Amino acid sequence: MLRDITLGQYYPAKSIIHQLDPRVKLVTTMIFIISLFVAKGITGYAVATLFLVMAVRMSRVPFKYITKGLKAVFMILMITVVFNLFLMDGEIELWRFGFLRITDKGVRTAGFMALRLIYLIIGSSIMTLTTTPNDLTDGLERLLSPLKRIHVPVHEIAMMMSIALRFIPILLEETDKIMKAQMARGADFESGNLIRKARAMVPLLVPLFISAFRRANDLAMAMEARCYHGGEGRTKMKPLHYESRDKTAYAVVWGYFLLVTAITWFQRQYGVMLL
Amino acid sequence: MSIKVKDVNYTYAENTAYEIHALKDINLEIPDGQFIGLIGHTGSGKSTLVQHLNGLIRATGGRIYFNGRDIYGENFSMKELRSKVGLVFQYPEHQLFEIDVLSDVCFGPKNLGCSREEAERKAREALRMVGMGEEYDKSSPFELSGGQKRRVAIAGVLAMEPEVLILDEPTAGLDPRGRDEILDQIERLQKERGITVILVSHSMEDVARYVDRIIVMDHGQVRFDDAPAAVFRHYKELEEIGLAAPQMTYLMHALREKGADVDTDAATVKEAADAIERWLRNRLG
Repeated sequence: MLRDITLGQYYPAKSIIHQLDPRVKLVTTMIFIISLFVAKGITGYAVATLFLVMAVRMSRVPFKYITKGLKAVFMILMITVVFNLFLMDGEIELWRFGFLRITDKGVRTAGFMALRLIYLIIGSSIMTLTTTPNDLTDGLERLLSPLKRIHVPVHEIAMMMSIALRFIPILLEETDKIMKAQMARGADFESGNLIRKARAMVPLLVPLFISAFRRANDLAMAMEARCYHGGEGRTKMKPLHYESRDKTAYAVVWGYFLLVTAITWFQRQYGVMLL
Repeated sequence: MSIKVKDVNYTYAENTAYEIHALKDINLEIPDGQFIGLIGHTGSGKSTLVQHLNGLIRATGGRIYFNGRDIYGENFSMKELRSKVGLVFQYPEHQLFEIDVLSDVCFGPKNLGCSREEAERKAREALRMVGMGEEYDKSSPFELSGGQKRRVAIAGVLAMEPEVLILDEPTAGLDPRGRDEILDQIERLQKERGITVILVSHSMEDVARYVDRIIVMDHGQVRFDDAPAAVFRHYKELEEIGLAAPQMTYLMHALREKGADVDTDAATVKEAADAIERWLRNRLG
Protein backbone atom coordinates (compact mmCIF):
# COMPACT_ATOMS: atom_id res chain seq x y z
CA MET A 1 0.00 0.00 0.00
CA LEU A 2 2.90 2.33 0.73
CA ARG A 3 4.45 1.44 -2.57
CA ASP A 4 1.73 3.41 -4.33
CA ILE A 5 3.44 6.73 -3.71
CA THR A 6 5.18 7.59 -6.96
CA LEU A 7 6.39 11.10 -6.20
CA GLY A 8 10.16 11.15 -6.37
CA GLN A 9 10.37 7.62 -7.72
CA TYR A 10 12.36 6.76 -10.77
CA TYR A 11 10.85 4.53 -13.43
CA PRO A 12 13.58 2.81 -15.43
CA ALA A 13 13.00 2.77 -19.19
CA LYS A 14 14.90 3.56 -22.34
CA SER A 15 13.49 6.69 -23.85
CA ILE A 16 14.68 9.97 -25.30
CA ILE A 17 13.24 11.78 -22.25
CA HIS A 18 15.23 9.56 -19.90
CA GLN A 19 18.40 10.40 -21.81
CA LEU A 20 17.94 14.17 -21.74
CA ASP A 21 20.18 16.30 -19.58
CA PRO A 22 18.55 16.83 -16.18
CA ARG A 23 18.90 20.60 -16.59
CA VAL A 24 16.76 20.44 -19.71
CA LYS A 25 14.10 18.53 -17.83
CA LEU A 26 14.15 20.92 -14.89
CA VAL A 27 13.89 23.98 -17.11
CA THR A 28 11.22 22.32 -19.23
CA THR A 29 9.13 21.46 -16.21
CA MET A 30 9.43 25.00 -14.96
CA ILE A 31 8.49 26.48 -18.32
CA PHE A 32 5.60 24.08 -18.61
CA ILE A 33 4.29 25.08 -15.19
CA ILE A 34 4.59 28.78 -16.04
CA SER A 35 2.87 28.16 -19.35
CA LEU A 36 -0.06 26.62 -17.49
CA PHE A 37 -0.56 29.91 -15.68
CA VAL A 38 -0.06 31.99 -18.81
CA ALA A 39 -2.51 30.00 -20.90
CA LYS A 40 -6.10 31.14 -20.94
CA GLY A 41 -8.96 29.55 -22.80
CA ILE A 42 -9.33 26.33 -24.66
CA THR A 43 -6.79 27.00 -27.41
CA GLY A 44 -3.98 27.61 -24.96
CA TYR A 45 -4.83 24.49 -23.01
CA ALA A 46 -5.15 22.46 -26.18
CA VAL A 47 -1.55 23.32 -26.99
CA ALA A 48 -0.49 22.46 -23.44
CA THR A 49 -2.37 19.14 -23.66
CA LEU A 50 -0.67 18.34 -26.92
CA PHE A 51 2.72 19.09 -25.42
CA LEU A 52 2.01 16.98 -22.35
CA VAL A 53 0.66 14.02 -24.34
CA MET A 54 3.76 14.17 -26.50
CA ALA A 55 6.02 14.14 -23.44
CA VAL A 56 4.12 11.24 -21.85
CA ARG A 57 4.27 9.19 -25.06
CA MET A 58 7.96 9.88 -25.51
CA SER A 59 8.84 9.03 -21.91
CA ARG A 60 7.59 5.41 -22.32
CA VAL A 61 6.35 5.41 -18.75
CA PRO A 62 2.95 3.68 -18.58
CA PHE A 63 0.22 6.29 -18.23
CA LYS A 64 -1.32 4.34 -15.36
CA TYR A 65 1.93 4.75 -13.45
CA ILE A 66 1.97 8.50 -13.95
CA THR A 67 -1.59 9.03 -12.79
CA LYS A 68 -0.86 7.18 -9.54
CA GLY A 69 0.68 10.43 -8.30
CA LEU A 70 -2.68 12.13 -8.74
CA LYS A 71 -4.31 10.03 -6.03
CA ALA A 72 -2.28 11.79 -3.36
CA VAL A 73 -3.59 15.24 -4.34
CA PHE A 74 -7.14 14.19 -5.10
CA MET A 75 -8.52 15.87 -1.96
CA ILE A 76 -6.80 19.18 -2.65
CA LEU A 77 -8.08 19.01 -6.18
CA MET A 78 -11.67 18.42 -5.02
CA ILE A 79 -11.54 21.27 -2.51
CA THR A 80 -10.20 23.68 -5.12
CA VAL A 81 -12.86 22.67 -7.59
CA VAL A 82 -15.70 22.98 -5.08
CA PHE A 83 -14.57 26.41 -3.84
CA ASN A 84 -14.14 27.79 -7.33
CA LEU A 85 -17.42 26.30 -8.44
CA PHE A 86 -19.53 27.91 -5.74
CA LEU A 87 -17.68 31.10 -4.86
CA MET A 88 -16.85 32.53 -8.27
CA ASP A 89 -19.24 35.33 -9.20
CA GLY A 90 -20.37 35.43 -12.79
CA GLU A 91 -23.15 36.86 -14.86
CA ILE A 92 -25.07 33.87 -16.05
CA GLU A 93 -26.55 31.83 -13.27
CA LEU A 94 -26.74 28.14 -14.04
CA TRP A 95 -28.04 26.66 -10.79
CA ARG A 96 -29.20 27.97 -7.46
CA PHE A 97 -30.03 26.39 -4.11
CA GLY A 98 -30.41 28.73 -1.16
CA PHE A 99 -27.24 30.77 -0.91
CA LEU A 100 -25.35 28.34 -3.13
CA ARG A 101 -25.12 29.27 -6.76
CA ILE A 102 -23.14 28.18 -9.73
CA THR A 103 -22.38 30.58 -12.52
CA ASP A 104 -20.82 30.16 -15.91
CA LYS A 105 -17.64 31.79 -14.72
CA GLY A 106 -17.47 29.45 -11.73
CA VAL A 107 -17.71 26.38 -13.92
CA ARG A 108 -15.06 27.77 -16.25
CA THR A 109 -12.62 28.69 -13.49
CA ALA A 110 -13.15 25.43 -11.64
CA GLY A 111 -12.61 23.44 -14.82
CA PHE A 112 -9.42 25.21 -15.78
CA MET A 113 -8.14 25.14 -12.22
CA ALA A 114 -8.60 21.38 -12.05
CA LEU A 115 -6.94 20.97 -15.42
CA ARG A 116 -4.06 23.20 -14.34
CA LEU A 117 -3.45 21.21 -11.16
CA ILE A 118 -3.66 17.85 -12.93
CA TYR A 119 -1.26 18.97 -15.67
CA LEU A 120 1.07 20.40 -13.07
CA ILE A 121 1.29 17.10 -11.23
CA ILE A 122 1.60 15.01 -14.39
CA GLY A 123 4.24 17.39 -15.74
CA SER A 124 6.41 17.21 -12.67
CA SER A 125 5.81 13.45 -12.31
CA ILE A 126 7.27 12.92 -15.77
CA MET A 127 10.38 14.72 -14.64
CA THR A 128 10.84 12.71 -11.45
CA LEU A 129 9.89 9.42 -13.12
CA THR A 130 12.43 9.80 -15.90
CA THR A 131 15.30 11.28 -13.91
CA THR A 132 17.22 9.53 -11.17
CA PRO A 133 17.41 11.53 -7.94
CA ASN A 134 21.16 11.89 -8.40
CA ASP A 135 20.80 13.37 -11.87
CA LEU A 136 18.09 15.65 -10.64
CA THR A 137 20.16 17.20 -7.90
CA ASP A 138 23.19 17.36 -10.17
CA GLY A 139 21.15 19.38 -12.62
CA LEU A 140 19.77 21.57 -9.90
CA GLU A 141 23.21 22.25 -8.52
CA ARG A 142 24.47 23.34 -11.92
CA LEU A 143 21.41 25.47 -12.62
CA LEU A 144 21.69 27.26 -9.29
CA SER A 145 25.47 27.61 -9.32
CA PRO A 146 25.38 31.33 -10.24
CA LEU A 147 23.86 31.89 -6.80
CA LYS A 148 27.14 30.80 -5.22
CA ARG A 149 28.41 34.30 -5.85
CA ILE A 150 25.95 35.69 -3.36
CA HIS A 151 26.97 33.00 -0.84
CA VAL A 152 24.03 30.67 -1.25
CA PRO A 153 25.26 27.19 -0.20
CA VAL A 154 24.15 25.62 -3.47
CA HIS A 155 26.19 22.46 -3.15
CA GLU A 156 24.97 21.80 0.39
CA ILE A 157 21.36 22.36 -0.63
CA ALA A 158 21.76 19.97 -3.55
CA MET A 159 23.44 17.38 -1.32
CA MET A 160 20.66 17.62 1.25
CA MET A 161 18.08 17.24 -1.47
CA SER A 162 19.72 14.18 -2.95
CA ILE A 163 20.03 12.57 0.46
CA ALA A 164 16.40 13.37 1.28
CA LEU A 165 15.23 11.93 -2.04
CA ARG A 166 17.41 8.89 -1.63
CA PHE A 167 15.94 8.25 1.78
CA ILE A 168 12.30 8.31 0.71
CA PRO A 169 12.23 4.74 -0.64
CA ILE A 170 14.44 3.52 2.21
CA LEU A 171 12.16 4.93 4.85
CA LEU A 172 9.08 3.65 3.03
CA GLU A 173 10.54 0.19 2.99
CA GLU A 174 11.47 0.51 6.65
CA THR A 175 7.93 1.61 7.49
CA ASP A 176 6.57 -1.37 5.64
CA LYS A 177 8.89 -3.69 7.52
CA ILE A 178 8.15 -2.27 10.97
CA MET A 179 4.43 -2.27 10.23
CA LYS A 180 4.60 -5.95 9.34
CA ALA A 181 6.71 -6.75 12.38
CA GLN A 182 4.17 -5.08 14.67
CA MET A 183 1.28 -6.70 12.84
CA ALA A 184 2.97 -10.03 13.50
CA ARG A 185 2.67 -9.07 17.17
CA GLY A 186 -1.03 -8.45 16.76
CA ALA A 187 -0.96 -4.70 16.14
CA ASP A 188 -3.93 -3.30 14.28
CA PHE A 189 -3.41 -0.15 12.24
CA GLU A 190 -6.76 0.01 10.53
CA SER A 191 -9.72 -0.30 12.86
CA GLY A 192 -10.91 1.88 15.73
CA ASN A 193 -11.64 5.58 16.05
CA LEU A 194 -9.23 8.43 15.45
CA ILE A 195 -7.65 8.36 18.91
CA ARG A 196 -7.14 4.61 18.77
CA LYS A 197 -5.63 4.90 15.33
CA ALA A 198 -3.29 7.66 16.48
CA ARG A 199 -2.24 5.54 19.46
CA ALA A 200 -1.65 2.59 17.18
CA MET A 201 0.92 4.70 15.32
CA VAL A 202 3.26 4.85 18.34
CA PRO A 203 4.71 1.34 17.83
CA LEU A 204 5.36 2.35 14.24
CA LEU A 205 6.71 5.88 14.66
CA VAL A 206 9.12 5.31 17.54
CA PRO A 207 11.13 2.59 15.75
CA LEU A 208 10.92 4.56 12.51
CA PHE A 209 12.41 7.68 14.07
CA ILE A 210 15.13 5.68 15.76
CA SER A 211 16.00 4.01 12.50
CA ALA A 212 16.03 7.34 10.64
CA PHE A 213 18.46 8.77 13.17
CA ARG A 214 20.59 5.64 13.08
CA ARG A 215 20.77 5.78 9.31
CA ALA A 216 21.57 9.49 9.33
CA ASN A 217 24.34 8.86 11.81
CA ASP A 218 25.77 6.00 9.75
CA LEU A 219 25.67 8.07 6.58
CA ALA A 220 27.37 11.06 8.20
CA MET A 221 30.04 8.74 9.50
CA ALA A 222 30.55 7.13 6.09
CA MET A 223 30.77 10.52 4.41
CA GLU A 224 33.29 11.77 6.88
CA ALA A 225 35.33 8.59 6.55
CA ARG A 226 35.65 9.44 2.87
CA CYS A 227 36.81 12.96 3.68
CA TYR A 228 33.67 14.71 2.52
CA HIS A 229 34.01 18.39 3.29
CA GLY A 230 31.40 20.16 1.20
CA GLY A 231 31.47 21.41 -2.35
CA GLU A 232 34.77 23.29 -2.31
CA GLY A 233 37.09 21.91 -4.95
CA ARG A 234 34.93 18.86 -5.50
CA THR A 235 34.90 17.48 -9.04
CA LYS A 236 32.33 15.27 -10.74
CA MET A 237 32.86 11.83 -12.14
CA LYS A 238 30.37 12.51 -14.90
CA PRO A 239 30.16 16.25 -15.52
CA LEU A 240 26.98 17.37 -17.25
CA HIS A 241 27.26 18.63 -20.79
CA TYR A 242 24.67 19.32 -23.42
CA GLU A 243 24.23 16.99 -26.40
CA SER A 244 22.51 17.93 -29.63
CA ARG A 245 19.27 16.31 -28.45
CA ASP A 246 19.28 18.63 -25.44
CA LYS A 247 19.52 21.65 -27.70
CA THR A 248 16.66 20.36 -29.82
CA ALA A 249 14.62 19.84 -26.67
CA TYR A 250 15.30 23.43 -25.57
CA ALA A 251 14.19 24.68 -28.98
CA VAL A 252 10.96 22.67 -28.81
CA VAL A 253 10.21 23.86 -25.29
CA TRP A 254 10.82 27.52 -26.01
CA GLY A 255 8.79 27.18 -29.22
CA TYR A 256 5.95 25.74 -27.18
CA PHE A 257 6.17 28.53 -24.62
CA LEU A 258 6.19 31.24 -27.27
CA LEU A 259 3.17 29.64 -28.93
CA VAL A 260 1.18 29.61 -25.68
CA THR A 261 2.19 33.21 -24.91
CA ALA A 262 1.34 34.30 -28.43
CA ILE A 263 -2.10 32.72 -28.23
CA THR A 264 -2.82 34.41 -24.92
CA TRP A 265 -1.53 37.76 -26.18
CA PHE A 266 -3.59 37.43 -29.35
CA GLN A 267 -6.71 36.69 -27.36
CA ARG A 268 -6.17 39.66 -25.08
CA GLN A 269 -5.22 42.05 -27.86
CA TYR A 270 -8.16 41.35 -30.07
CA GLY A 271 -10.60 40.28 -27.44
CA VAL A 272 -11.13 37.06 -29.29
CA MET A 273 -12.02 34.56 -26.64
CA LEU A 274 -12.25 31.23 -28.29
CA LEU A 275 -14.33 30.33 -25.27
CA MET B 1 -2.16 -28.69 13.83
CA SER B 2 -0.35 -28.22 10.58
CA ILE B 3 0.34 -25.79 7.81
CA LYS B 4 -0.24 -26.79 4.24
CA VAL B 5 0.99 -24.63 1.39
CA LYS B 6 -0.60 -25.45 -1.94
CA ASP B 7 0.56 -24.09 -5.32
CA VAL B 8 1.43 -20.72 -3.83
CA ASN B 9 2.68 -18.06 -6.21
CA TYR B 10 3.61 -14.51 -5.40
CA THR B 11 4.56 -11.63 -7.66
CA TYR B 12 5.85 -8.32 -6.33
CA ALA B 13 4.64 -5.12 -8.02
CA GLU B 14 2.60 -6.94 -10.65
CA ASN B 15 2.39 -5.25 -14.05
CA THR B 16 5.12 -2.68 -13.44
CA ALA B 17 8.75 -2.42 -14.44
CA TYR B 18 9.69 -3.72 -11.00
CA GLU B 19 7.75 -6.97 -11.32
CA ILE B 20 9.44 -9.88 -9.57
CA HIS B 21 8.08 -13.40 -9.52
CA ALA B 22 9.19 -14.15 -5.96
CA LEU B 23 7.48 -17.50 -5.38
CA LYS B 24 6.70 -20.14 -7.97
CA ASP B 25 4.31 -23.01 -7.27
CA ILE B 26 5.33 -23.68 -3.70
CA ASN B 27 3.94 -26.87 -2.16
CA LEU B 28 4.81 -27.71 1.41
CA GLU B 29 3.43 -29.57 4.35
CA ILE B 30 4.56 -28.59 7.80
CA PRO B 31 3.39 -31.03 10.49
CA ASP B 32 3.45 -30.41 14.23
CA GLY B 33 6.57 -30.22 16.30
CA GLN B 34 9.12 -30.25 13.53
CA PHE B 35 12.31 -28.23 13.65
CA ILE B 36 12.78 -26.99 10.11
CA GLY B 37 15.59 -25.08 8.47
CA LEU B 38 14.55 -22.93 5.52
CA ILE B 39 17.69 -22.20 3.56
CA GLY B 40 18.24 -20.05 0.55
CA HIS B 41 20.44 -17.44 -0.96
CA THR B 42 19.59 -13.74 -0.59
CA GLY B 43 16.57 -13.09 -2.79
CA SER B 44 15.57 -16.74 -3.08
CA GLY B 45 12.13 -15.99 -1.67
CA LYS B 46 12.52 -17.48 1.80
CA SER B 47 11.50 -14.32 3.66
CA THR B 48 8.58 -13.84 1.31
CA LEU B 49 7.46 -17.39 1.91
CA VAL B 50 7.44 -17.15 5.71
CA GLN B 51 5.43 -13.92 5.56
CA HIS B 52 2.77 -15.88 3.74
CA LEU B 53 2.54 -18.35 6.58
CA ASN B 54 1.09 -15.81 8.99
CA GLY B 55 -0.87 -13.89 6.41
CA LEU B 56 1.24 -10.73 6.22
CA ILE B 57 1.55 -11.20 2.48
CA ARG B 58 -1.35 -12.51 0.47
CA ALA B 59 -0.40 -14.99 -2.23
CA THR B 60 -1.21 -13.89 -5.76
CA GLY B 61 -2.12 -17.51 -6.48
CA GLY B 62 -2.67 -20.72 -4.52
CA ARG B 63 -3.97 -21.55 -1.07
CA ILE B 64 -2.61 -21.93 2.43
CA TYR B 65 -4.33 -24.12 5.00
CA PHE B 66 -3.79 -23.76 8.72
CA ASN B 67 -5.13 -26.79 10.60
CA GLY B 68 -7.12 -27.63 7.52
CA ARG B 69 -8.77 -24.23 7.25
CA ASP B 70 -8.17 -21.99 4.27
CA ILE B 71 -6.54 -18.79 5.61
CA TYR B 72 -7.97 -16.82 2.69
CA GLY B 73 -11.44 -18.11 3.54
CA GLU B 74 -14.15 -15.62 4.37
CA ASN B 75 -14.47 -15.95 8.12
CA PHE B 76 -10.88 -16.80 8.91
CA SER B 77 -9.37 -14.43 11.45
CA MET B 78 -5.90 -13.19 10.49
CA LYS B 79 -5.39 -11.97 14.03
CA GLU B 80 -5.91 -15.47 15.37
CA LEU B 81 -3.53 -16.86 12.76
CA ARG B 82 -0.86 -14.35 13.74
CA SER B 83 -1.21 -15.33 17.40
CA LYS B 84 -0.71 -19.00 16.49
CA VAL B 85 2.06 -18.46 13.96
CA GLY B 86 4.65 -16.19 15.54
CA LEU B 87 7.05 -14.52 13.14
CA VAL B 88 10.29 -12.94 14.31
CA PHE B 89 11.62 -10.68 11.57
CA GLN B 90 15.19 -10.08 10.58
CA TYR B 91 16.82 -7.61 12.96
CA PRO B 92 13.79 -7.76 15.25
CA GLU B 93 15.42 -5.33 17.68
CA HIS B 94 14.45 -2.56 15.24
CA GLN B 95 10.82 -2.95 16.25
CA LEU B 96 11.29 -2.15 19.96
CA PHE B 97 9.48 1.00 21.02
CA GLU B 98 8.32 0.88 24.65
CA ILE B 99 9.87 2.64 27.61
CA ASP B 100 10.87 -0.57 29.35
CA VAL B 101 11.60 -4.15 28.38
CA LEU B 102 8.59 -5.66 30.14
CA SER B 103 6.04 -3.34 28.50
CA ASP B 104 7.53 -4.00 25.11
CA VAL B 105 7.16 -7.74 25.50
CA CYS B 106 3.59 -7.16 26.78
CA PHE B 107 2.64 -5.52 23.49
CA GLY B 108 1.85 -8.81 21.76
CA PRO B 109 -0.27 -10.47 24.46
CA LYS B 110 -2.14 -7.19 25.09
CA ASN B 111 -3.04 -7.00 21.42
CA LEU B 112 -4.50 -10.46 21.76
CA GLY B 113 -6.79 -9.18 24.48
CA CYS B 114 -4.95 -10.39 27.57
CA SER B 115 -5.47 -8.51 30.82
CA ARG B 116 -2.55 -6.52 32.18
CA GLU B 117 -1.62 -9.16 34.77
CA GLU B 118 -1.87 -12.01 32.30
CA ALA B 119 0.18 -10.13 29.72
CA GLU B 120 2.88 -9.39 32.28
CA ARG B 121 2.95 -12.99 33.44
CA LYS B 122 3.40 -14.20 29.87
CA ALA B 123 5.98 -11.52 29.19
CA ARG B 124 8.02 -12.49 32.26
CA GLU B 125 7.86 -16.12 31.26
CA ALA B 126 9.00 -15.33 27.73
CA LEU B 127 11.85 -13.13 28.95
CA ARG B 128 13.13 -15.87 31.26
CA MET B 129 12.89 -18.31 28.38
CA VAL B 130 15.28 -16.26 26.25
CA GLY B 131 17.60 -15.85 29.20
CA MET B 132 16.85 -12.26 30.16
CA GLY B 133 16.96 -11.92 33.93
CA GLU B 134 14.49 -10.03 36.10
CA GLU B 135 16.95 -7.18 36.56
CA TYR B 136 16.30 -6.05 32.98
CA ASP B 137 12.51 -5.88 33.23
CA LYS B 138 12.46 -2.17 33.98
CA SER B 139 15.40 -1.01 31.88
CA SER B 140 14.93 0.79 28.59
CA PRO B 141 15.21 -1.54 25.60
CA PHE B 142 17.46 1.03 23.95
CA GLU B 143 20.13 0.74 26.63
CA LEU B 144 20.67 -2.98 26.04
CA SER B 145 23.39 -4.55 23.93
CA GLY B 146 22.62 -5.80 20.44
CA GLY B 147 22.28 -9.44 21.51
CA GLN B 148 20.07 -8.54 24.47
CA LYS B 149 17.83 -6.39 22.30
CA ARG B 150 17.37 -9.29 19.97
CA ARG B 151 16.41 -11.61 22.83
CA VAL B 152 13.85 -9.10 24.05
CA ALA B 153 12.41 -8.84 20.55
CA ILE B 154 12.20 -12.63 20.26
CA ALA B 155 10.53 -12.73 23.67
CA GLY B 156 8.02 -10.22 22.30
CA VAL B 157 6.80 -12.87 19.88
CA LEU B 158 7.19 -15.79 22.31
CA ALA B 159 4.94 -14.04 24.83
CA MET B 160 2.06 -14.57 22.42
CA GLU B 161 2.59 -18.31 22.97
CA PRO B 162 2.59 -19.31 19.30
CA GLU B 163 2.24 -22.90 18.17
CA VAL B 164 4.54 -22.27 15.25
CA LEU B 165 7.56 -20.05 15.68
CA ILE B 166 9.28 -18.68 12.60
CA LEU B 167 12.60 -16.89 12.97
CA ASP B 168 14.00 -15.01 9.99
CA GLU B 169 17.81 -14.99 10.26
CA PRO B 170 17.78 -14.78 14.05
CA THR B 171 21.55 -14.80 14.24
CA ALA B 172 22.37 -12.14 11.63
CA GLY B 173 24.97 -9.71 12.91
CA LEU B 174 25.64 -11.57 16.18
CA ASP B 175 29.03 -12.80 17.31
CA PRO B 176 29.61 -16.61 17.42
CA ARG B 177 28.79 -16.88 21.09
CA GLY B 178 25.58 -14.85 20.78
CA ARG B 179 24.62 -16.97 17.80
CA ASP B 180 25.12 -20.26 19.64
CA GLU B 181 23.28 -19.01 22.72
CA ILE B 182 20.24 -17.93 20.77
CA LEU B 183 20.13 -21.11 18.71
CA ASP B 184 20.56 -23.29 21.81
CA GLN B 185 17.71 -21.46 23.51
CA ILE B 186 15.49 -21.91 20.50
CA GLU B 187 16.30 -25.61 20.44
CA ARG B 188 15.48 -26.00 24.12
CA LEU B 189 12.24 -24.15 23.59
CA GLN B 190 11.31 -26.40 20.72
CA LYS B 191 12.00 -29.51 22.80
CA GLU B 192 10.25 -28.29 25.96
CA ARG B 193 7.15 -26.88 24.40
CA GLY B 194 6.94 -29.19 21.43
CA ILE B 195 6.20 -26.29 19.11
CA THR B 196 7.05 -26.18 15.44
CA VAL B 197 10.08 -24.01 14.69
CA ILE B 198 11.07 -22.76 11.27
CA LEU B 199 14.54 -21.31 11.17
CA VAL B 200 15.27 -19.16 8.12
CA SER B 201 18.94 -18.87 7.29
CA HIS B 202 21.42 -18.76 4.47
CA SER B 203 23.96 -20.79 6.37
CA MET B 204 23.79 -24.60 6.44
CA GLU B 205 26.46 -24.56 9.10
CA ASP B 206 24.15 -22.78 11.52
CA VAL B 207 21.17 -25.01 11.14
CA ALA B 208 22.85 -28.39 10.53
CA ARG B 209 23.24 -28.97 14.23
CA TYR B 210 19.63 -28.29 15.17
CA VAL B 211 17.02 -29.05 12.57
CA ASP B 212 15.44 -32.32 11.53
CA ARG B 213 14.35 -31.17 8.10
CA ILE B 214 15.85 -28.76 5.58
CA ILE B 215 13.99 -26.95 2.85
CA VAL B 216 16.26 -25.36 0.27
CA MET B 217 14.89 -22.53 -1.84
CA ASP B 218 16.32 -21.11 -5.02
CA HIS B 219 14.81 -18.48 -7.31
CA GLY B 220 11.40 -18.77 -5.69
CA GLN B 221 11.23 -22.55 -5.92
CA VAL B 222 11.78 -25.39 -3.48
CA ARG B 223 14.87 -27.24 -4.65
CA PHE B 224 15.32 -29.77 -1.85
CA ASP B 225 13.09 -30.76 1.03
CA ASP B 226 14.51 -33.59 3.10
CA ALA B 227 16.40 -34.63 6.20
CA PRO B 228 19.68 -32.69 6.60
CA ALA B 229 21.94 -35.62 5.73
CA ALA B 230 19.97 -36.29 2.56
CA VAL B 231 20.13 -32.64 1.53
CA PHE B 232 23.87 -32.40 2.20
CA ARG B 233 24.47 -35.32 -0.15
CA HIS B 234 23.62 -32.84 -2.91
CA TYR B 235 26.50 -30.62 -1.85
CA LYS B 236 27.63 -30.10 -5.42
CA GLU B 237 24.20 -28.87 -6.51
CA LEU B 238 24.01 -26.68 -3.42
CA GLU B 239 27.16 -24.93 -4.53
CA GLU B 240 25.64 -24.24 -7.92
CA ILE B 241 22.86 -22.22 -6.28
CA GLY B 242 25.29 -20.23 -4.18
CA LEU B 243 25.00 -22.25 -0.99
CA ALA B 244 27.42 -24.58 0.70
CA ALA B 245 27.08 -27.74 2.72
CA PRO B 246 28.65 -27.69 6.20
CA GLN B 247 32.45 -27.84 6.22
CA MET B 248 32.37 -31.30 7.77
CA THR B 249 30.49 -32.66 4.76
CA TYR B 250 33.39 -31.57 2.57
CA LEU B 251 35.92 -33.03 4.97
CA MET B 252 34.15 -36.38 5.05
CA HIS B 253 33.88 -36.52 1.28
CA ALA B 254 37.57 -35.62 0.96
CA LEU B 255 38.47 -38.41 3.40
CA ARG B 256 36.40 -40.88 1.47
CA GLU B 257 38.13 -39.90 -1.75
CA LYS B 258 41.42 -40.69 -0.07
CA GLY B 259 40.12 -44.15 0.61
CA ALA B 260 38.85 -43.79 4.18
CA ASP B 261 35.57 -45.58 4.70
CA VAL B 262 33.90 -42.87 6.81
CA ASP B 263 30.25 -41.96 7.06
CA THR B 264 29.85 -38.97 4.71
CA ASP B 265 26.56 -37.95 6.31
CA ALA B 266 28.33 -36.48 9.35
CA ALA B 267 27.62 -32.75 9.26
CA THR B 268 28.67 -31.34 12.62
CA VAL B 269 32.10 -31.40 14.20
CA LYS B 270 30.90 -33.88 16.81
CA GLU B 271 29.37 -36.24 14.29
CA ALA B 272 32.50 -36.03 12.16
CA ALA B 273 34.74 -36.81 15.13
CA ASP B 274 32.57 -39.80 16.00
CA ALA B 275 32.59 -41.03 12.41
CA ILE B 276 36.35 -40.77 12.16
CA GLU B 277 36.76 -42.50 15.48
CA ARG B 278 34.48 -45.33 14.36
CA TRP B 279 36.44 -45.72 11.17
CA LEU B 280 39.76 -45.78 13.01
CA ARG B 281 38.52 -48.33 15.54
CA ASN B 282 37.25 -50.54 12.73
CA ARG B 283 40.57 -50.35 10.99
CA LEU B 284 42.57 -51.12 14.09
CA GLY B 285 40.24 -53.64 15.64
